[in-house]
Formats: sequence, C-alpha cells, structure tokens
Amino acid sequence: MSSDDTAAAAGADASPGPRHGRRLFTIWLVLAVPAVLVIWFAWYPHMPPGRMSDSARHQQFDIAVLAVSAAPVIIAVLLYFIYAIVVWRARPGDEGDGPAIYGNTKVQATWIIGTTMIVLWLFVFGTVELVVPAGAGAGEGPSPIWNLTGKHTAAWSPGANDMLQIQVIGQQWAFTYRYPQFGGMESTVLDLPANTPIEFHVTSLDVIHSFWPYVLGVKADANPQVDNVAYTTVQARGGFKVRCNELCGIWHGAMTTDGTVLPPAAFQAWAAGVQAQERSLGVLAVLPPYALTYDPTVIPQLGKSIIAIDGITGGAGYYYNSSDPVTP
Amino acid sequence: MAIEIQPERAQPAGRGPGIAAAKRRWRPRPGVPAGLIGAVAGYFLGHWLGNLLGGGYDRSSLADTNDVAIVLGYAFGVLGWLAGLGVFNDLFLMMAGKPAREEPRLLGTQEPGLAKYFRYTLDHKVVGIQYLYGMIAYFLTGGLFAMAIRSELLSPSYHLIGPNQYLMVVGEHGTMMMMMMSSVILGPFGQYFGPLLIGSKRVAFPRLEALGFWLTVPAYVILLSAVLMGGFSTGWTGYEPLATQSTQGEDAYFFAFGLMGISMILAGFNMIVTVINYRAPGMRWSRLPMFVWSMFTVSFLQVLSVPVLVGACYMALEDRTFQTAFFTNQLGGSSFLYEDLFWFFGHPEVYILALPGFGVISEIIAVFCRKPLFGYKVSVAGMLGVGTASFFVWQHHLFDSGINPDMRPLFMLTTEIISIPTGFIFLVAMGTFWKAKIRFSIPMLFALAFYFNFLLGGISGVFLSDVPADTTEHGSFFVMAHFHYTIMGGLIFAFFAGIYYWLPKMTGIKLNERLGKIHFWTMFIFFNSTFLPLFGLGMLGMPRRVFEYARNLETLNDWVSISAFCLGVSILIFVINFVMSMTFWREPEVGNPWRTRSLEWQLPAPPPPDNFRRVPVILAGSYDYGVPDALPVADFNPPPGVIGTAYASASGRAEG
Repeated sequence: MSSDDTAAAAGADASPGPRHGRRLFTIWLVLAVPAVLVIWFAWYPHMPPGRMSDSARHQQFDIAVLAVSAAPVIIAVLLYFIYAIVVWRARPGDEGDGPAIYGNTKVQATWIIGTTMIVLWLFVFGTVELVVPAGAGAGEGPSPIWNLTGKHTAAWSPGANDMLQIQVIGQQWAFTYRYPQFGGMESTVLDLPANTPIEFHVTSLDVIHSFWPYVLGVKADANPQVDNVAYTTVQARGGFKVRCNELCGIWHGAMTTDGTVLPPAAFQAWAAGVQAQERSLGVLAVLPPYALTYDPTVIPQLGKSIIAIDGITGGAGYYYNSSDPVTP
Repeated sequence: MAIEIQPERAQPAGRGPGIAAAKRRWRPRPGVPAGLIGAVAGYFLGHWLGNLLGGGYDRSSLADTNDVAIVLGYAFGVLGWLAGLGVFNDLFLMMAGKPAREEPRLLGTQEPGLAKYFRYTLDHKVVGIQYLYGMIAYFLTGGLFAMAIRSELLSPSYHLIGPNQYLMVVGEHGTMMMMMMSSVILGPFGQYFGPLLIGSKRVAFPRLEALGFWLTVPAYVILLSAVLMGGFSTGWTGYEPLATQSTQGEDAYFFAFGLMGISMILAGFNMIVTVINYRAPGMRWSRLPMFVWSMFTVSFLQVLSVPVLVGACYMALEDRTFQTAFFTNQLGGSSFLYEDLFWFFGHPEVYILALPGFGVISEIIAVFCRKPLFGYKVSVAGMLGVGTASFFVWQHHLFDSGINPDMRPLFMLTTEIISIPTGFIFLVAMGTFWKAKIRFSIPMLFALAFYFNFLLGGISGVFLSDVPADTTEHGSFFVMAHFHYTIMGGLIFAFFAGIYYWLPKMTGIKLNERLGKIHFWTMFIFFNSTFLPLFGLGMLGMPRRVFEYARNLETLNDWVSISAFCLGVSILIFVINFVMSMTFWREPEVGNPWRTRSLEWQLPAPPPPDNFRRVPVILAGSYDYGVPDALPVADFNPPPGVIGTAYASASGRAEG
C-alpha cells in the first residue's frame, strides 16, 4: 500500500484547485450546528416516548443524544456526496479518467480512529444509560442485578417508598395484571400509583408476548415459564395504552389494555376495592396461588370456573386447545 | 488444477443430456416437466406414507390431515422433483461405476432456444440466468404481498383482510423477501460473473451450483403452498411456541426455509472453492474484484450460519410432527432456544443480504467515477470485518427478552463495532468520489441511491443498538423502517444497479434507458416516501405485524400506503421495461458500453460457452482507471507454455 499512498499524496499535491476540504468543512459547520441546536432545543422536549416515567425520560434523553450525535454524521456524508455530484461530475464531452488515487493513509487512519472513537462513545454512553436508570425499562430476566431504592414489602402502602410488585400475564390475546401485595388480585386494567418504584414481573401462559406500555418506556418479553422483570417509576398522572409487541397469533394487533396512573392514595383505594370485591365474589379463592410463572395445563379448569363467576380475565381465562385458535 | 473442459471440442453434443436421437425411451427426458411429474408423485407418496405413520396423531381438528403427512409429502415431492430434473442421474451412474454422462455444457448460453433454462444444467452462466428470472419472480411475488399489507393498513381497524389473512400476508411477504432474496445477487450475478471475474472457465462444483438453483423453485412453491392451508401466523421469524401451535401452513414455512437454507449452503461451498482454487494465474488476492470478495465473504457466512437455521427448522418440524419438545417450555424445552438459534443465523443472514450489495456497488462506482477504488484493502477489510463481526451480535434482537440481560453491554458494543467496518464502505465510496469524473448512468444512479439509503439505514441501526433507546424502538415500525432501508434500500437497489449494469453482458441486450431513468427516480422517491415515515410511526408507538393501530397514526399510514402503491408502480415500470426490452425492442449492446476495465467486459456478449478460449493471464488490477499506461487487465491469449511455469508460480499455484 505504501507505493499507492505516495502516488496519492503526489496526486493531491500536484493539483491545487479549490480547497475542497475547507469548503466542505465550512458548509458542514453551517448546516450541522443549527441542526444540532434545533434537535436539542426544539425537538428533544417532544421526542417519543415522552416523560411520563423515569425510564421513558431516560429513553427520550438517549434518543435525543443519539440524534444529536447522528445528525452531524448524516449531514457530513450526504453533503459530501452532493458536493461530489455537483463539483466532480464529468462535464459533457469529457471522456477522460479521474486521478489515479489508490488510497491515502492519513485519511484512512483518521477515518478509522474517528469511527472507533464514536463507537466507543456510544458504547460508554449506552452502558451508563443502561445502568443508571436500572435497566432503562427493558426486560431484565428473572434476577436483575440492580440496587433499587424501593423496599420489597409484603403489603404496599403509599408514601413509604415500598416497591409495588405487579405481575403481567400475557395470554392469547390479552394481558391481565396481578397485584401480589393486594392478595394476588387480578385485574384487566393496569392501574399504577404515581411516584412509586414499580417492579413488573412479566410472564406468559402460552406463546411469547411482549408487554409494551409505550409512554412508560417499558418493554419486556413474556415467555411461558419465564419471569421477566422490568422497573420503572411513573412521574405523571394520566391514561396510557399497553400493546403487545411480539407477534402472538391472529389477534396480536388487537391485544391492548388501558392503564391509568393514579395518585398513590387513590391507587391504594382502587386496589383494595378490587381485592375486596374479588374476595367477596370468590374470585381470589379460585385463582391459582400467586407464583412467578404458571403452568397453563392447569389453567383451563381454573379459567372455566372464573368465567362462571365473573368473566374477569381478559382472554376469558381459558387456555385454548393449541391447534384450534378460537376467534374471540 | 484439472479443468475438464477441452477448449476446442470438435463436436458439441446434442440437446439434452445423453440423448441418442434415434432411440425412443420409455421415460421422460430429464427436465422441468419430468420434475413436475416427480414432484406430484412424490408428494402423494409422502402424504400417503405420512398418513400411514402418523395417522394416529392428528394435531388439528380443522383438517383431516396431519403434519407428518404434509412434511413427508414435501420431502418426497422435492426428491421427486430433483429426480425428474435428473439431479441424481450422474450420481447413480458414478455409483454404478460408469462414467457420468457427457453434458452439452459447452454450448451454454449459446444453445439456441429456451429449453436450456428449464433443465438441470452445468453451465454457470445458464444457472445465473435461471437465478435472474427466478429471483425477479420471487421478488415480485413478495412485493405483491407488501401491497396487500399496505392496503390493509390504510385504515386503523381491519377492513379489507381479516386478521388471519393479514398475518398470512405479512408472513409470506417477510419470508419471501428475507429467505428467497438472500440469493438475489449471489444467485444471478454471483453465479454468472463469479467465474468470469476470476478468469475461470467454470465453477468448482457445477452440479451443486445447479442444485442450489433448482432447490429455490420447490422452496418458493412450498412457501406459497402455505396460503392453501391458511398461512402461518408467525411472520418470517417463526418464533416458538407460536409456531408449534400454528396450523399446517407452518410446516410449509419451516420446510421451505430449511430447503432454501440448503440451497444457500450449497451455493456458498461452490463459491468458496471456486474463488480459492479457480482463479486465473495472476489473479492474486490483492487483485480480486470487490464483487468477488463480497461473494467470498457471503459464502462463508452462508456456510457457517445457515446450518444453524436448517437445524432449527428441523427441530421445529420435529416438534410439530414427532411431538418432541425442543421449544416447549412446559415440557423442558425453551422458547429462548429457538430465538437464539434463529438469530444466530438471522444476524449473519442480514449481512448475507447486505454484503453482495456492497460488492456490486463497489464495482460500479469505480467504473463511473473513472477512478481506482479508494482504499482497496480497507474495502476488503470492511467486508471481512462485517462478515466476522456479524456472528457476535445476534443477541441485540433479544434485548428485551430477558435472555442474559447482563450481557447486553457486550452485545451493544459488538453491534456498534460492526458500524466501523460498515463505515469503511462509505470511506471507500467517498474516497473514490474525490475529484472523480462522475458519469450518471443508470447503474451509477442506483449506486448513489444505495449510499443514501444505506446511510439512513445504518444510522438508524445505531439507535437500535443502544439498549435504552431500543426499549422504545424494539419490535416497532422503527425496526421495520431500519431493515427496509438496509435491505430494500441497499440490496434491492444494488440488484437493480447490477441488472442495468450487467444485463448487456449477460444477454447482449440493454434495457431502455428512458424507462430505466423513470424507474430509478420513481423508485428512489417513493421508496423514501414509503419508509421514512415508518421511523416516525415506530417512534410513535406502532408495533410490527398489527392490523389495527392507534387512530392518530392513520394519516401517516395512509401516506405510507399511497407511497407504497406508487413504489409498486415503479417496479411495474421496471417489469414493463424488462419484458419489452428483452422480447420486443431487443436493443443490442455487445461491446463495452461502460468502458469498464474488468475482466468480464473484455469478453464478447454473451460470453462464449467456456468463457475464455484459453485461461487468461491476469496482468493488472481491474480498477486501474486514470493510470496513464496501465496494462490491459489480462492477456487472453498467453503464449503456450506460459501457464504453469512463469505466471503460475508467481501466484503460487499450478494451472493445467
């Protein structure tokens, strides 16, 4: 390569012409700086997934930082190509060849070092952003390693910094939610207290689903026989939608749940109310004992008895015969 | 090395393998008709056998058939098809100790008529043309399914096709594109130009090569046959345990994917051995065209990663037929196992799709910039680096799955590292464009669009590699947009660049230029208009593979759908151009219209049956544009005796 390089260097020296490099750099600066400013100050506050929870906030920050890092690169490459198309196009009638530049060690080394630095920066940034918000809302598997501020308690009370445990059960084609700190009661809507550390335990009864309350910035796959944990703390009150994010059969597209974030006291009242109602209806007695995973082969019997009482579980509580996906 | 073709053969053999003209034979001549008979007979034989074996355990109450019968039907059908094509004839002859039949291979593409394209033939150029037409057909089929998807998504609730049909269409589109299109460049251009570019008269294993093509046909038919059984509900990834639960269409999916996997492995082996052993004297590794490098790298990816897929498909079929439980969690299996196996194949597969595009485009930019490829060694390093690193990133598809969450920083790092060798491709392009004399032919326009699309696709990949950002983007339309930008915007644009660039060489006919330009501009504009908004849709919370979505996303979705229909029209313009140019207009182009240095363009169009009259001696690299007194790329008529002595020893090999 050394001979190529000297040829290239000689070629570069021999043709003075306009200083393309400086020109490109100037145009790039003029474009990139405003782009970065616009992204950071105008776009970032509105970027998905919003700021409803701490994990969503971190993801928004991440996406904005990545956008700010990516925009100058995109602008540089596109600018270069457009510049080349305009300046270095063959003029009509010009059948000649370009200069025989085989390479340039300096350019190549700069490029390699530059891209490596960018990659290392992205890696360090991404790792910090994964570790600091305790997994950033992603599924953490059965045994997360994070040290969390919330206390694990058998009963949850507002304002005591207790971790609220919620089990998300996916089945074709609904999510149901069990609250072990409220007697293991099961709900078809996901109500959450604001400003409380929440621990989702995501599992499935049949196929792989994925629990995705979009504005909360949480996403965790639901595998049968697997307990997948994800954390978040919701900071704003309001409604949100949960969607299934992993193809799970024909009604995957319609597998949604509504959720609401309530003030902690209101949440406690709601949860205790549901618990009392389910106890009085006998639902709690027939629900399987709370566990991190369930064997669905025992569900059909349980499910049928639940339907008889109340129709409380979203997927009718019934584990379908595997070859016979029933249209709900 | 023994090249078994004699350059001057006095009498080319007649048509069809081993046909004695006078003698009537009781069995049909090997070819597609006989293959069809074999396939149908084989299917019914296998189906009958399957009912005999597995009739006791019907899995479905909806149909009076069981999975064993379907799978055995497919298996015997494929064997019957291959037998009818005559794939096994030589094998049995050689096993019986007789010499293989003389093939009329030397006539190759110069045999008159179209019959040669419907036979199991050993000429790599015929196989290349077979692949070309096959791939266009598969691509158009997949594209029609895409039109159906976008029609359904015109409205946020389901209105046109029901949820079951929607999943069927999504699965067929995805699988057709990801599985069949993995050979879209390796097939037509790799098989056709691989040997030409390295100065070889043949490929190493012509029988394997032809078998590779003829397996894509049953794979295609079997994949489509899922439609008759209600489709499969898993999309192109076939995740377990949904796949075990699904109806018989899933058997078609696994069988077809496995079959295509075997085709890819065979093509890979053939390409590796050909490139290593069949280079002409003087075709050093440092002179190897980038396209050959890309074929070489992709072949390694295929040979190393696809067996994992074939294994996974086989295990899944066993789960469905023999009632094993590899992937059933409740019975000791693991749904994670399937995800791991699939993506261990699936991520290299993404580069099996992308790298050939890099190769084609690298060839094209050097020609139309009239400059040597900048940083040839960096370019090669980029190819090999992407290929190697692609084996270490598959877990990024599973960031939210709960598999080994503590390993996520590592996979984040490996994923981001892959952008370094990918960046080399851009460095090479930008260096080549520096002070170039760019000529905007249609292939060059597609190449420029390739860089634009691949840039957006690649940068969006960085967003996906970051675990926290990925938590929002994972499994959403953002991912969908990302891989359409890299695969359709990369691979398919490169494929079209290759068609416009190489078709004159393959057929001696060029496509209409005006229609070609219309095709390019409409395709480029509507491709971006279709897929750019999808990034936004994903960020706004639209998951993949849904027939219902939030009402506030309807405007964007309608925009995307209408753009997609326009994109379909653009492809239609190409089809019209292709059909009209090839059948009616037939504008000849026999010379070297692009003034290319590389080896294949120094041959007549289409190239003679044995490619080179004598094995050429390569004298210079094919990218030496702008070098005042560059040597011609090869000496096509080297003095007798030179091969095997002076030149051959220089490259360290003997040539015979």
